[in-house]
Amino acid sequence: MLYIPGNNPAMIQQAGVYGCDAVLLDLEDAVALNQKDAARILVRNMLKTVNFYDTEVCVRVNNFHTPFGLTDLEEIVPLQPDNIRFPKTETVADVKEFMKEVRRIEKEHGIKNPTMTIHVMIETAKGVANVYDIAAADPRIDAITIGGQDLTADMGIIKTPDGVGIDYARKRIVMAGKANDLDVLDTIFADVNDDEGLREETEYIKKIGFAGKALINPRQVDVVHDVFNPTENEVRKAYRVYSEFIKNKKAGIGVFAIDGKMVDAPVVQRAITVLEYAKIDLKEIEKNAG
Amino acid sequence: MKNAIGVEIPEYIEGLGKLEPFQGVWKSIIEDEVPSTNISRTLKAKKPHVSKLCKNLEEAVKRCKPFDGMTVTCHHHLRGGDGVLMQTIKILDEMGIKDITLASSSLTSAHDGLVSYVEKGMITRIFTSGIRGALGDAISVGKLKYPAIIHSHGGRVRDFLTGRIKPDLSVLAASAADEEGNATGAHGPSAFGSMGYADIDARYSRNVIIVTDNLVEYPCVPCTVRQHFIDYVVKVDSIGDATKIASGTTRITNSPMDLRIARIAATVIEHSGLFKNGMSFQVGAGGASLAVAKFLREDMKRKNIIGSFMIGGVTSYGVDMLNEGLFHSIFDVQSFDAAVSSSVLNNPNHIEISCDQYANPNNCGSMTNKLDVVVLGALEVDVDFNVNVITGSSGEIRGASGGHSDTASGANLTVVVCPAFRGRLPIVKDRVHTVVTPGESVDVIVTERGVCVNPAKPNLAAKLKEAGVQVVDIRDLKEEVEKMTGVPAEKKLGDQIVGLVEYRDGTIIDVIYNVKNLS
Repeated sequence: MLYIPGNNPAMIQQAGVYGCDAVLLDLEDAVALNQKDAARILVRNMLKTVNFYDTEVCVRVNNFHTPFGLTDLEEIVPLQPDNIRFPKTETVADVKEFMKEVRRIEKEHGIKNPTMTIHVMIETAKGVANVYDIAAADPRIDAITIGGQDLTADMGIIKTPDGVGIDYARKRIVMAGKANDLDVLDTIFADVNDDEGLREETEYIKKIGFAGKALINPRQVDVVHDVFNPTENEVRKAYRVYSEFIKNKKAGIGVFAIDGKMVDAPVVQRAITVLEYAKIDLKEIEKNAG
Repeated sequence: MKNAIGVEIPEYIEGLGKLEPFQGVWKSIIEDEVPSTNISRTLKAKKPHVSKLCKNLEEAVKRCKPFDGMTVTCHHHLRGGDGVLMQTIKILDEMGIKDITLASSSLTSAHDGLVSYVEKGMITRIFTSGIRGALGDAISVGKLKYPAIIHSHGGRVRDFLTGRIKPDLSVLAASAADEEGNATGAHGPSAFGSMGYADIDARYSRNVIIVTDNLVEYPCVPCTVRQHFIDYVVKVDSIGDATKIASGTTRITNSPMDLRIARIAATVIEHSGLFKNGMSFQVGAGGASLAVAKFLREDMKRKNIIGSFMIGGVTSYGVDMLNEGLFHSIFDVQSFDAAVSSSVLNNPNHIEISCDQYANPNNCGSMTNKLDVVVLGALEVDVDFNVNVITGSSGEIRGASGGHSDTASGANLTVVVCPAFRGRLPIVKDRVHTVVTPGESVDVIVTERGVCVNPAKPNLAAKLKEAGVQVVDIRDLKEEVEKMTGVPAEKKLGDQIVGLVEYRDGTIIDVIYNVKNLS
């Protein structure tokens, strides 16, 4: 997910062409206090006019405890971007208050079947402590994300390249997200010239369960995709596992072997994840296996 | 008379003679022997053991017996650091020489000083592959007596061989030379690499002066330009601004947009059917085009592809790919950065070639004819795939034809990379302001908003679509961009012809009219 400052029209109009899966149009930290109104108006108008192609569009509004949060919602919610991000979520009560306003605005605008989902962002120690409850606080939440910069500031520590200071928070947030079937997204990598560092960090967060990463420069897109995209061999293997699973399932067999290695439900689940990353239609495999 | 792309071409222009209209990329190229008035080498002689060394450039120029109406040539291997062309013109001016035809292989920002000589009529004709800066502005508003002729690199060689350009005096800078005029750009403190353009001037000019800041013991080895063509040799303190001659190592752009376009272009190449062992490749030195080399390099490593050769203007990035074994060899007509010089000097697979071998349409072994893939830039493109690389958004002359049309004509796959819009200006037009490379020779235009495939290449379009490339109709792309940018107003130009774009076969492909107001 590529972060784009909400007050930068040139970047917003190009947001859909960089090949990232999602863009975040930011009204919060990337925008100076005296630019908040301008950014809100710009993002509102750009949402109406810019072609983002297949890129998912998320808008990060300001927190309710600022003078801008509610006004942001009033302008953005009626346009129903793919998702809206609620920053510095600390408690279930925060989510409830936020969602109450979202639903009110949708109702006032006659939006009966809202499509917009909610991303909650955990950026404080209190938020980390409450994350399990936050993740389950509303059915429209479909992703949870960690804000590393604010979290380290809140903890009074420096964010180090090895990320040791936020490691517990990362893992706790992943667990909370997985427990509620949410996508879990990692924080930014600040050094845009350090591709190797970005690759290392992305490989790590992939291993511990994150589904994606926040980016601050389009140049970072390829590295993150490269890490998350399965290799050709992984896809072939997953295809074979799923295909054999379908055949065996029809024969009433739950556990079987491929090349002498046991394939059970968790192995099949991992194969499905790989195939989904590779954007391969499971139904096609089912049809072919049948 | 109208040419094949519908441009009205005058039949005759005073001072330049009869013009032939462009008929198509290969229509006027006759295979095997071409019936024409070919120019033979000038007969020259020197008595034994007579020194060619002159105490300064002024003495050398005087010994060449300059005259009014003569043609003077230089090369542009010194890029923006060239100090030799301006010195030569100043000397000729001080001698009272007038009505000069300047036929330098290209003109850069180092030649802004030519404006005053154009204004006073000392220079009246210009043949070149590129004009930029203040000189481009001056010509655009009509200050040059006769229209400037913009030719391609290959077309320049052809112009020499047919006598369209008849050089009387060529002053050629070298980074090392000996007393007989054996000269090179590959070694010495001001090393600039290949002397591929200068080699032609040395062979066909009536008088040739080698200017060097590094006179070495005889013989200068290795050397490019050979002594039997050279009349005089001059040792000078400086051949120009060393910092601009040896401009360091070419870097890959940091621009996310250029990188994105380059990534898409590399994907196009990968799925074109030409991405295989033995592939030959050329890429430009700037922005998105050089960045394609970065991605191609990664893709070649990933797929274990070993290419045959790279050609053209060579960057240190190309040299890195050679050294990594990704290509077997480099054919180098022009070196874009200082790091290339040592490779020219030391690597036997880095082969210096003349512009004749590089791109001349009238020989039997032009390297551009063996090219698989070329990636080129553009100032503008149009819905007929024509490309403009010479005039800017106000109609002013500010670019270079270079080897654009040469490589496009020969390559199996010509990929043009450009953003869909720059600032508020759409880059895809109904008709480009000036056609340098005809759409007939362009296969693919790659922008960040989609890939346009020439309708003449339906199989290529099908391959790319199958590979998941976002192929779009060029007219749809134009419409989409214009929704964002609006349609710019038509440029209001004058009726004075200030430039002619000569296609590589010597025909005229487009005409440049004067700009009334250049802000």
